[in-house]
Amino acid sequence: MARRWTNDLSRRDVTPKPVFMNRRTLLASGGALAAGAAWPAQASAEALDPNTWDEITSYNNFYEFGTGKTDPKENAGQLTTTPWSVEIDGMVDKPGSYAFEDILSQMDIEERIYRLRCVEAWSMVIPWQGFELADLIAMAGPKPDATHVAFQTLMRPEEMPGQNYPILDWPYVEGLRMDEAMHPLTIMATGLYDKPLPNQNGAPMRLVVPWKYGFKSIKSIVRITLTDSQPPTTWNLSGPQEYGFYANVNPNVDHPRWSQATERRIGGGLFSSRVDTQLFNGYDEVAALYEGMDLETNY
Amino acid sequence: MSRTQRVNAAIRKVPSWLIYFACALLPLWYFYLALTGGLGVEPINGLELALGDLAMKALVLVLAITPFRKWTGLNLVPHRRAIGVIAFFYVLCHLLTWAVLDVQSPARMWADIVKRPYITIGMAAFVLLLPVAITSNNLSIRRLGPMRWRRLHMLTYVICALGAVHYVMVQKVWEIEPLVYLAIVLGLLATRIPSIRREFAG
Repeated sequence: MARRWTNDLSRRDVTPKPVFMNRRTLLASGGALAAGAAWPAQASAEALDPNTWDEITSYNNFYEFGTGKTDPKENAGQLTTTPWSVEIDGMVDKPGSYAFEDILSQMDIEERIYRLRCVEAWSMVIPWQGFELADLIAMAGPKPDATHVAFQTLMRPEEMPGQNYPILDWPYVEGLRMDEAMHPLTIMATGLYDKPLPNQNGAPMRLVVPWKYGFKSIKSIVRITLTDSQPPTTWNLSGPQEYGFYANVNPNVDHPRWSQATERRIGGGLFSSRVDTQLFNGYDEVAALYEGMDLETNY
Repeated sequence: MSRTQRVNAAIRKVPSWLIYFACALLPLWYFYLALTGGLGVEPINGLELALGDLAMKALVLVLAITPFRKWTGLNLVPHRRAIGVIAFFYVLCHLLTWAVLDVQSPARMWADIVKRPYITIGMAAFVLLLPVAITSNNLSIRRLGPMRWRRLHMLTYVICALGAVHYVMVQKVWEIEPLVYLAIVLGLLATRIPSIRREFAG
């Protein structure tokens, strides 16, 4: 396994609760003038600040609960996440159904403060807690011939109302190449701000691949399959010209319907400026995984 | 007087300035909400969507006035001009939000207009809306003559269709609400086919 990853954003960069609570109060109570006057200083400070709990949990893409940004928060409360088990199968030595608590008890939970760049050209900074996917795969004993990992989200239309509409081919599936899955940056997140992951963020366990667009980071995972071929992925099936298998953040390769050159950090308010998007979302350490590959055709 | 006639008389009595004033306040209200957190944690996109939705509703209303009178007898025609101009105002607010708050640069605007079909279509609808909005006054009817003016204002049909297509195309998947708007617009346009035929038959 590669070296373990170290954080370049520290806990000090997280906005202390009283500070962001004050900011909320200021924005809520102050008129246009007060908010406008406070804005420039705030904008520069937020380049490093992780987003607030409120921002991270009320602005979500989780079509299983509706296509609106606030739908997941409104509709995800009814999702039952206990008991929860994950089927690990395919090319592994120890296939089987793993209870979520058993997985947790065997993993080292650590904090990872990551940028998240959505394919819709907005971004956040999120303080996740979780473990490296590589550790979970190691636990199941990967066979040497496995080349890819496939993931699947829970299918439960009675608790996930969006699944009653054929807007996507349910259940949601995603996949990674083996080297991407084993990369120390790739984690399974189980917590946020030291609390269990809220349902709308993919409880109880979701993938986080910070150098790829957000839709790769599949939520509420119930199945992980090691295979020797590239697995199908939901958004690629839905719009193959718009969403590729790799979906690496890349300012030079536009989405057919919008530019990916810039992004908007959530939390800057009505007058927040766009900032330049970085290749691999700024995680240059993954560049070696794609050496010699044409990122324009392998989008 | 029948009830319909009494209602129509009452509708006629509503002063136009009141309609302009009340409707023009809505975008300001949304702007205030966007500033104060009422449109969620991403107010730029929130404002853009809210204004686009408002514009779509006003365009559908404009298109519905004639068939509505035919089907129910209720006559909103005296206020059609006001509602039409308001629809233009909403489209303008939506466009300005996109240009100034969202895209933030003329170069990026231009790139989007040229490269992104849904932006191209939305922009085309706005450009077609300009001559219609500018000639929404009695002087223009006199200057152009009723026939030319009427034909110019038939652009509204094209504008509404483009607007609905723009709305459908913005979505990442086939969403129900924009498709419903498109169906309503196409349905309302279908009622116009006989009058369009008559207009251009000679």
